[in-house]
Amino acid sequence: MSTDTTTAGAADVTTGMDLLRFATAGSVDDGKSTLIGRLLFDSKSIFADQLESVEATSSAKGHDYVDLSLLTDGLRSEREQGITIDVAYRYFATPNRKFIIADTPGHVQYTRNMVTGASTADLGLVLVDARNGLTEQSRRHAVLLSLLRVPHLVLCINKMDLVDYSQEVYERIHDEFTQFATKLAIPDLEVIPISALAGDNVVERSTNMDWYSGPTLMHHLEHVHVASDRDLVDVRFPVQYVVRPKSDEHHDYRGYAGQVAGGVLKPGDEVVVLPSGMTSKIAGIDLFDSEVDEAYPPMSVTVRLEDDVDVSRGDMIARVKNAPTPSQDIDAMICWMAPGTLKPRQKLAIKHTTRTGRALVKDIQYRLDVNTLHRDQDTKELGLNEIGRVQLRTTVPLLCDPYSKNRTTGSFILIDEATGVTVAAGMING
Amino acid sequence: MTKTHSDYRLSQLDQLEAESIHIFREVAAEFEKPVLMFSGGKDSIVMLRLAEKAFYPAKIPFPVLQVDTGLDFPEVLETRDRWVNRLGVKLVVASIDDAIANGVVVDDGKTSRNRLQIGTLLNAIEENGFTAAFGGGRRDEEKARAKERVYSHRDEFGQWDPKMQRPELWSLYNGRLHEGEHMRIFPISNWTELDIWDYIGREGIEIPSIYFSHQRRVFERDGMLMTETPLNPLREGEVAAERTVRFRTCGDITLTGCVESTASNIPEIIEEVAAARLTERGATRGDDRFSEAAMEDRKKEGYF
Repeated sequence: MSTDTTTAGAADVTTGMDLLRFATAGSVDDGKSTLIGRLLFDSKSIFADQLESVEATSSAKGHDYVDLSLLTDGLRSEREQGITIDVAYRYFATPNRKFIIADTPGHVQYTRNMVTGASTADLGLVLVDARNGLTEQSRRHAVLLSLLRVPHLVLCINKMDLVDYSQEVYERIHDEFTQFATKLAIPDLEVIPISALAGDNVVERSTNMDWYSGPTLMHHLEHVHVASDRDLVDVRFPVQYVVRPKSDEHHDYRGYAGQVAGGVLKPGDEVVVLPSGMTSKIAGIDLFDSEVDEAYPPMSVTVRLEDDVDVSRGDMIARVKNAPTPSQDIDAMICWMAPGTLKPRQKLAIKHTTRTGRALVKDIQYRLDVNTLHRDQDTKELGLNEIGRVQLRTTVPLLCDPYSKNRTTGSFILIDEATGVTVAAGMING
Repeated sequence: MTKTHSDYRLSQLDQLEAESIHIFREVAAEFEKPVLMFSGGKDSIVMLRLAEKAFYPAKIPFPVLQVDTGLDFPEVLETRDRWVNRLGVKLVVASIDDAIANGVVVDDGKTSRNRLQIGTLLNAIEENGFTAAFGGGRRDEEKARAKERVYSHRDEFGQWDPKMQRPELWSLYNGRLHEGEHMRIFPISNWTELDIWDYIGREGIEIPSIYFSHQRRVFERDGMLMTETPLNPLREGEVAAERTVRFRTCGDITLTGCVESTASNIPEIIEEVAAARLTERGATRGDDRFSEAAMEDRKKEGYF
């Protein structure tokens, strides 16, 4: 039996480690797969059997070189067509950080897949080909990352080996991008000259670009500071589930389970329950079978209140003098993700935090051209992969914040009630 | 003393745990009849532990479902029973033998039990009216799984259509279903094999003994070490011998290979996994070797 249970005090390889989620962007020819392949390969995250299978497929297809994109294109139809259709998630780790890559396709259906991948990303990585400089695609991706408030952006100027590792080329693209980025909300930008194929400045510092004194890509990914990207001031606790054991042992237990979306909750805090407006105090915060003295994002906890107030799923716990205003009129940017068009007067289901209801499209104010940032006010419809500003009226009041303040309480999805499909991603203005 | 942002930092394992618990609660709140698919292997045990945490001090508000292949390791079934008893959850067993006897699936003598699991599982989901089935699939396991959403929609035939997946944004999961459809839910999508082992070590979670190094009579087949058992007769030229081994995955005893290993506790296993050059499935699972898209094809039919 001694081997049947685990040994206490086991080695913690990843227990104390940090997590960084990043989304990749850039068109296929910019070398995205090669870069991901190299990051995975150099961090020893590609296994021998995976590599063998890729090598076998590459040679069967008559390729001259091992096609690392076969590692990331996991579906039969993707391999058949040689394109990435859908977001894939990849994992690698270094001694102090674990990375989740949302590998988004650079294909025509870019917008909705980029939005999907970037919605949870701490960092966006845009790849450009040094020979071509900024393209429409790289600008578009930067715009999307900024719209989605991805707090950190890295511009990788790739294929530096093909421009003789020229400092001048780097500086020209660097300046052009910085100029463009002033129009966007990009709080943190790093520009790194690399060659994914030759390995310059990806993991190892390049000896071919002595003029570059910044970090390698891997060093930057490992050290970029993401802890301060959360809102630790405004308490937001959407109630997900009411825990009522109905057992003799825990007869009177009544807890409100959820994931902290903002702020720091402490026992003794005076709180308000929305939308009812009832106030109470936090009696205790449970993390499984122990109590904690603080809860902060993104902890999943169970909150107990001193008074027996009525609280159910969809409600939100906030601080008395710092609570969102419930509203049924929503002003938001949305990305339309369905084949049909979005038109005024359309009715859809809406999911915001743990709250669901229905939404009526009252007005489409403009369609945003993600290439030029031009606001087209003549268009009163949104087609597949288009982004626009809309006014919605909802059946239930939403307990929301501007997306720029809180990515959890500021976001929502729209669902087609007939098909059940998620048709739009929304970001609340304010 | 004022705390800074760095003081409010969750380790990656705590972040993964928080995310998984969020998913469990979301499903319990929004689906009429969820069920947790439980094989007794390490991933499904971690899932059960996470579910235990998500609803504590209340009991897990859904049953667990095991597809009994009739070819499961006895050590795994024993661990399964201990977990189910300790947590007081209801166990639903969908047996392939019963499914064959009732004509739900057809054993033509050529189809592996692994494939017969699909029809047996879908039948159990339909018969019990389950609308959501939690699975322990991880995206790092296999390239088709890397494409899987956390909420994976299945039509009334239980099929997965990778081209028609719903976009999944933020942590806003869409659980809408039509009559007869169900959702597969993967709360540990973002965990890696190493995360699972770290968590098992950190939480002191009981797992089947076959994961630890032990003596076993094995023989070599297709480059893998297979257990000598009457269920899997030796073929010509195969010779069984006693070796020091352990398992990296728990599946059908006739298809799951073991690796030579002296790792007898969690720290040693972690060390071994961190240095491994083969994926757990590539190293030890015969069912993924049929074709390059074996997993994708099974998943489309309704496999987990």
